[in-house]
Amino acid sequence: MLRVEASTRLSDFTLEVALEAPAGRCLALAGPSGAGKSTVLRIVAGLLRPDRGRVSCGGETWLDRERGIDLAPERRGCGYVFQDYALFEHLTAWQNVAYGLRHLPRRERRREAEALLERFGLGDRAGARPRTLSGGERQRVAVARALALRPRALLLDEPLSALDARTRASAGRELAAVLRAAEVPALLVTHDFAEAAALGDRVAVIDAGRVVQHGAPEELAATPASAFVADFAGAVVLHGTARAGSDGLTVVELDGGGRLSSTDAADGRVAASVYPWEIVIEPLDAPRTGSARNRLVAEIVSVTSVGGRVRLGLSAGQPLIAEVSEAAVGALDLRPGARVAATWKAAATRLVPGY
Amino acid sequence: MSGSRTFGALLFAALACALLFLTLPIVAIFADTSPGRLLDSLGDPAARDALWLSLRTTVIALAIIVVVGTPAAYMLATRDFPGRSVVQTLIELPLVLPPAAAGIGLLAALGPNGLLGGWLEDAGIALVLQTAGVVVALVFVASPFYLRQAEAAFAAVPPTVMQASRTLGVGEAGTFLRVAIPSARPGLIAGGALAWGRALGEFGATLMFAGSFRGVTQTVPLAIYDRFATDFPGALALSAVLVCVSFALLLSVKLLTGRGALGVAAR
Repeated sequence: MLRVEASTRLSDFTLEVALEAPAGRCLALAGPSGAGKSTVLRIVAGLLRPDRGRVSCGGETWLDRERGIDLAPERRGCGYVFQDYALFEHLTAWQNVAYGLRHLPRRERRREAEALLERFGLGDRAGARPRTLSGGERQRVAVARALALRPRALLLDEPLSALDARTRASAGRELAAVLRAAEVPALLVTHDFAEAAALGDRVAVIDAGRVVQHGAPEELAATPASAFVADFAGAVVLHGTARAGSDGLTVVELDGGGRLSSTDAADGRVAASVYPWEIVIEPLDAPRTGSARNRLVAEIVSVTSVGGRVRLGLSAGQPLIAEVSEAAVGALDLRPGARVAATWKAAATRLVPGY
Repeated sequence: MSGSRTFGALLFAALACALLFLTLPIVAIFADTSPGRLLDSLGDPAARDALWLSLRTTVIALAIIVVVGTPAAYMLATRDFPGRSVVQTLIELPLVLPPAAAGIGLLAALGPNGLLGGWLEDAGIALVLQTAGVVVALVFVASPFYLRQAEAAFAAVPPTVMQASRTLGVGEAGTFLRVAIPSARPGLIAGGALAWGRALGEFGATLMFAGSFRGVTQTVPLAIYDRFATDFPGALALSAVLVCVSFALLLSVKLLTGRGALGVAAR
């Protein structure tokens, strides 16, 4: 179990967080840029000392300002993947991975590093310098380096954001496998809620230094505690399996029934996301006109007012959220138990690799 | 139409003037010195003494500058402390100090009647009119070149790279040796070359602080000046040797570090 409880003054606000991640689980810290997410990672790793706070991992206290305990970063054993990867440009890929393995004899160091690179599909790039590697390869070297020392906690700072869209999909799948196999707590920072939902077992939404909501990704999307979380975590996530369709679109067979189309290219397990305000609610007998390619029959589970808008909790095999105006609720007689059609465009359907 | 062409011609003329002016003295040194004369001058024991002394003193001075200057520059580049910008300015002071003032200053500080003179005498250290004094003068005038360059080189190493090293179990000192220095290497080499070049050509402070005694404190620049009145061709030949050594130094740095180092040096 990794526990962080810290308060520290940043330039625009005071960061004040209390978080924990059990061993083998990933807690995603999601929020806009500049919210203080990376600062939390730096505090855990010992790269920044908070004004007040405690950090402990696996029963060992790393930081306790009151008791004057502050372990140096090199004694905490965190596997840290930096946003810019922070590879050592003067060393080769395998030397980067072997950098922390000084307790091993040189030959074993190399064997260990090459085995790790092999696992990430970089066996033939072991002798390459970082500057000759592609973005995806650099990311994998950074992850391999963070894992080499068998860390007591994994800290990942926007590990996918420097990658182009195509590489991000495969890198995300790999990272999910790494997180699944890891037996230590993991903290992952991202500004992308879909990424947080895909990689995190739980998500803590952070804004201006505070945790505004904390829970399973579906919970956050279904019952956002504030308008901020609603907008940020707003995207509905539906799981399914994608294949190329005949008309250039991607077809997703949803778990629990139903089918979607998307303009995004994908193959295999995916998480399809759509924003609640993109979803149009129609009576079941409405004529099917217009350009919306996706149509799911759903039952209304909840009707909640959120500042002038109304959030409909829907069940269509998987939970679904739609947002409509107050006027529409009256006009269509939307109430729990009613059955409606939820429709939206294939172009409004984002596909990210699912797991 | 002719506006841009006139401007182009103007730029060309300016560069041609600068190039001509800067290379003319060097060309003249070699034009007046036949290769045979150059070799003859090397056969002169006084010239050989001067060359050997220059080589020894500059290498020792450079070693001192690098050993002390590298961690000092690292601290300046990576730590924030009160008065940091004052320290940066003070360190650059010798760059703008007239060499004669530097020599007087060194005498007033380390000379027999200087600030630390008594203390040095008690410790049995003699600097004035000694080879060690030459080294002191060289370190004084040349170290800012290295410090400035090294600080810029360390500042250019991304902080996350050094933090990555820490999270991988390597302490501050290990990170300095295994990550900071290799990452800053091109800039450090460029700074060392600049400092060495400056030390090779050092004249004023050495003359005032250490004097000009053959074999003891007479480095090549002092030997050139010594000959200048009595043996002009000999002075020219020795100058040609110094130019060759300096040029070789610049060229080898260029080859060793590639373009990057001199890009940093040019800043």
